[in-house]
Amino acid sequence: MGSTERADGAVRDTALLRDALAIGAAAGVIGLSFGAIAVAGGLPLWAPVLMSLVVFAGGSQFLAVAFVAASPVAAVLGGILVNARHLPFGLAVGGSVGDTLGARLLGSHLLIDESTAFALAQRDPARSRRAFWAVGIAIFLTWNIGTVAGALLGGAVGDPAVYGLDAAFPAGLLALLMASLKDRPTRYAALAGAAIAVLTTPLLPAGLPVLVALAGVGAALLVPTPRPRTAAAADPERETV
Amino acid sequence: MSTTTTTLLVIFGLAAGTYAFRVAGVLLRDRLVLPERLRHLLPIAATTLLAALVATAVFTESGRVALGLARPVGVLVGAVLAWRRAPFVLVVVAAAATAALLRLAGLP
Repeated sequence: MGSTERADGAVRDTALLRDALAIGAAAGVIGLSFGAIAVAGGLPLWAPVLMSLVVFAGGSQFLAVAFVAASPVAAVLGGILVNARHLPFGLAVGGSVGDTLGARLLGSHLLIDESTAFALAQRDPARSRRAFWAVGIAIFLTWNIGTVAGALLGGAVGDPAVYGLDAAFPAGLLALLMASLKDRPTRYAALAGAAIAVLTTPLLPAGLPVLVALAGVGAALLVPTPRPRTAAAADPERETV
Repeated sequence: MSTTTTTLLVIFGLAAGTYAFRVAGVLLRDRLVLPERLRHLLPIAATTLLAALVATAVFTESGRVALGLARPVGVLVGAVLAWRRAPFVLVVVAAAATAALLRLAGLP
């Protein structure tokens, strides 16, 4: 029995690695377009390359590159605002990052949307940690390789929307959220948050709509936590507690 | 201030702010003494943020609501496959291929 479990675990790990490589490949192509756009906008080759290494957060990097010439302060503050969501991400999946201080300091740099979503999708803590690191490392490598290649190729890189990559990322994240969304309070919170974010996007600066979406968590509180009826029936003592 | 200095300041300023948010969440997680009820909300909050990211990625573009069809339909195809427990790779590839083909066919 032990060996079957081990074999199952190995199969799941292979699947995990395959998934990490798939999302990593897609991130690499986006990195390619980031490098190309940065250089086309007049930045020297080293700038997007350095940025991808030390910032490692796609959305904020695109924003910073767009603003760096016109308003450097807006580039920094706007980018930081876009990345504020990483704090609640860390609170939620920090346990999957590592036990030692060193692992936590290093792993924090790999805390991105995709590594968070992969970690959240795993129930078992050990698997959650493997998922976090596998996806974080895979995307760190492809994102940076893609950036270098894009900066070198420049205008030869086309728009990634042509390959439908703008649909690939939301679909991938949604697939990872599917298990959590089966829980009713979580589903209500997510739907409310999604609606808030879309509706406030025309009104608020980039990054803020996603943060105010946190108000959607209130919807989870409106749903009474379903009491496991069978357990209550089997254990009448619970009623008195 | 030279352009090079400005660019370096922007890059390292953004990097420092981003890392501060990341490491704060990860390190605070254990220091923060939260009642069980609030702790239980943390994964819900993260899922809500990710759902908001998905929704804005699908339905908005450069600060406004986007009315294109190719991307939402692509994501919908991916979502249905994910719902039917298709492998992750298939979900991602099918979403991208659907959006790309619809664009090829001339849809916005």
